[in-house]
Amino acid sequence: MTAAVFFGCAFIAFGPAFSLFIFTIAKDPLRVIILIAGAFFWLVSLLLSSLVWFIATKATNAQDLTLQKDLLIFGCVFSVILQEVFRFAYYRLLRKANEGLAAISEEDGPPLSVREMAYVAGLGFGIMSGAFSMINTLSDSLGPGTVGMFGDSQYYFITSALMTLALTLLHTFWGVVFFEGCERRRWWVIAVVLCLHLMVFSLSLLNPLYVGSILPVYAIMLLMAVWAFFSSGGSLHNITLLWMCRKSNTETSS
Amino acid sequence: MWKIDLESSKWVTFIVFWLFKNVSCNSVAQKIYVELNNTVPCVRLLNATHQIGCQSSISGDTGVIHVLESEADLEWPLSKGPNPPYMVLLESSLFTKSIMMKMKNASSRVAGVVVVPKTSPREFSPHTTCPNENTGRRISNLAHCNQTVWNPRGNGLSYEEFDFPVFSLKEDNETEVIKQCYFDHNRVVNGSGPQYPLCAMQLFSHMFAVTDTATCMRRSNIDFSSSPVMVCDPLGGYNVWAFIRPYNSTAFGHKENESVVIAAARLDSRAFFLQDSTGAEGSVSGFVTLLAAAQALRQATQEAPPTRNILFAFFHGEVFDYIGSSRMVYNMKNNKFVIDLDNVHSILEIGQVKTLRSGSNLFLHSDPVSRRNNTVDDEVTNLVNNLHSSTAGLNFSFVESGFSQPLPPSSFQRFLRARAIPGIVLADHQTAFNNRYYESFYDNAAHLNLTYPSNLSPEEQLEFVTDTAKSLTEVATAVARALFKQAGGNDSQVNNINADPKTVTQMLYGFLVRSNNSWFQAVMAPELKDVLREHSATTDANALTYLVQYLLANLTGTATNLTQSQCKKPDELPNESTYVYSYLWVQGMVPPNSTQRESFCVRTAVRRVMAVSPAFDLGDYVSKEYSTWTESQRKFIKARIFLVASRDLEMMTLGVGVAVLFTSLLVTYFVSTKADVLFSAVREPANAAY
Repeated sequence: MTAAVFFGCAFIAFGPAFSLFIFTIAKDPLRVIILIAGAFFWLVSLLLSSLVWFIATKATNAQDLTLQKDLLIFGCVFSVILQEVFRFAYYRLLRKANEGLAAISEEDGPPLSVREMAYVAGLGFGIMSGAFSMINTLSDSLGPGTVGMFGDSQYYFITSALMTLALTLLHTFWGVVFFEGCERRRWWVIAVVLCLHLMVFSLSLLNPLYVGSILPVYAIMLLMAVWAFFSSGGSLHNITLLWMCRKSNTETSS
Repeated sequence: MWKIDLESSKWVTFIVFWLFKNVSCNSVAQKIYVELNNTVPCVRLLNATHQIGCQSSISGDTGVIHVLESEADLEWPLSKGPNPPYMVLLESSLFTKSIMMKMKNASSRVAGVVVVPKTSPREFSPHTTCPNENTGRRISNLAHCNQTVWNPRGNGLSYEEFDFPVFSLKEDNETEVIKQCYFDHNRVVNGSGPQYPLCAMQLFSHMFAVTDTATCMRRSNIDFSSSPVMVCDPLGGYNVWAFIRPYNSTAFGHKENESVVIAAARLDSRAFFLQDSTGAEGSVSGFVTLLAAAQALRQATQEAPPTRNILFAFFHGEVFDYIGSSRMVYNMKNNKFVIDLDNVHSILEIGQVKTLRSGSNLFLHSDPVSRRNNTVDDEVTNLVNNLHSSTAGLNFSFVESGFSQPLPPSSFQRFLRARAIPGIVLADHQTAFNNRYYESFYDNAAHLNLTYPSNLSPEEQLEFVTDTAKSLTEVATAVARALFKQAGGNDSQVNNINADPKTVTQMLYGFLVRSNNSWFQAVMAPELKDVLREHSATTDANALTYLVQYLLANLTGTATNLTQSQCKKPDELPNESTYVYSYLWVQGMVPPNSTQRESFCVRTAVRRVMAVSPAFDLGDYVSKEYSTWTESQRKFIKARIFLVASRDLEMMTLGVGVAVLFTSLLVTYFVSTKADVLFSAVREPANAAY
């Protein structure tokens, strides 16, 4: 549409991820490495699932549109499942790596707690997922035209950016919750994360009925934010402490 | 630790690249833009003093589409419309000088103009009223059309400068898409402005050259670099000429005791959009007549060669200040041609010849100034008499135009500028042009009354002899007989000289209706057959000059029985010489019972020689003597339509984005500094299960 829309959508989609990066990740090189490796894991999962989808489409009739749409849905479901599988694989990798890092680090104990790794891994997944969803659309938003010639809604760019934002944060929260669930051997957590991911995907199928897709996705995102907050050690007590601007006694251990 | 070894990463990379190559892109751009493929732009031309034509900005010009319904409707894009700039879509009846000038004066609100050719207006000539007034014959009181205005309907639109792009669309599906988009989104309802999103168009036709030829030649850096980057290209084309008795083509300069009669015609024409030129009456009628006359003379001149030689000359680039004829005159003056001006006895030029019903007249124009000399006057009178006597038995007659009337714009004027040579220009107009569509897109087959019965196939149309063809055949017969007599041929042979109506009608069909027909394919060389497929012959200089060369070769040359390899190297054979003749391998017809063409080698005196204005040889880019026209080079030509959103929506998006960014920065900073408070159980005791 123009530079205004380009920057607006870029800020919406990548603003939170960018601020999370510069304030929490950028200072620690180990976190950067884990972030990038997480992004890579997500990318590999996408590659494998798209390979499956690609073979399926080439093997079938390209003119049959309903079949192609069904294949797309199948491909996406497969991709969601594969992303969670890779998230689990990344968890196992990080657990193993943690022992090695603990051995070579100068401090006592591992340099990063599992909670921190969970957050960084989730953010890595989220950033890569957001980049893949949004970059192509952003590059087309620079031109003078907007979507709508063939009957699509003219709010395409803004809603894509909002969905990308939600998805990035969702991946972060899912990372936190997932790793915590694996740590505590609570396997039902994995199942719930997978179900929520599938639900978000199926809500996105409702586009262009944006009311039906964006609002529920943001509701789920807020729910996940609360869950992640609690599962990473937060509590209402901490919030009230913060609210009253008083430091807690356990701060001395850090 | 899990290592990703080199081999598997290579395998992954390979898969990724293979996927990238094979997957077709279903990108967002396809939801936004509709590309328009069938467009013809108006380009920028420069000469010694001016630049004319159209220019777009370097990243294209975008405007909200407005379909103009009448001249009064122009108020909307020019003053009343709330969403400037506008891209105005015109039908051809509204493509007039007054509307274009009004838009030119309000060019801040007009992003561009798109013309959709539909019905022909009653008359329209975008050329100037006095064509080529500065480069013709040099006479003081008769110059600049003081006495006769040759093209009174001319509005000079082709010579205006516009700083917005002007494109022409063919009337087809794309125009329907544009109009549908306009009716869906841009219509004014009850006086209030239309709602966003609006339908808009973007045109790219950025021209690199500016100001004038001297500037763009200087910028082209010719003198300082071995591989210059050209900013503009000199206009020009190819001249096609043939002697009846050819000379050795390496012997330049004066030929003792040789006297040549030149029969000339021009090949080219133009329209406002350079690629749309047709020139049915303006040029095609003339050169087709001359080609038919050349064919008619072939037999008589071989049996009983006349004393004088005859040169058939077809000049290209005459529209732009006589590029072709000035090149030939320059070569003659500077001993770069096989004859020189002293060898030229007289000139007969065929101008616009659109004959009406039988019994109409053609006019003979001569130059009054050179006729003040008695010798010249006698020769002209002799030529006029030859022409009069050649119409015996034919359905029309020649009439001399007024004695004091100057010569109309013609290639003959360039010869007169150098030397007072006796000559006549044949035309269908006595004073001003009769051509209502001089140098415009509407000077086409319909204007020449080329009508075919509706139930004929294309091949049958090719063979059908139209009335126009019959009348042009008679003109060609008269011209051929006059040329024969003027060249001193035997009077008894004259009545055997007749032009062939079938040839004439086939040529008219090929040049004005469909170039890709079986006869044109048969006369062309095998490597040139695609030239016919791609362009309509009159619009492309290459196609036109190749066609005329090969037609002249087939009509006046001799078929030999040389093989294809001998045809390429005929000098090895004892009786053949490439100095005198040129040898062309042509495809030939397909016989009825087979599929293989019967190709053969034609020995002909026809030459096709590049014709660029002498000003570029001399390096004199501000020349007042020669043509200095150049055409600007350009990046690319593109047109597309899409919807545009309102400024408010764009700013809102930007505002939301900035707000989200700042909020997230603040929140993240806040949470990260207070992380130790918020996430209290950060460090578990060392004996936990990590």
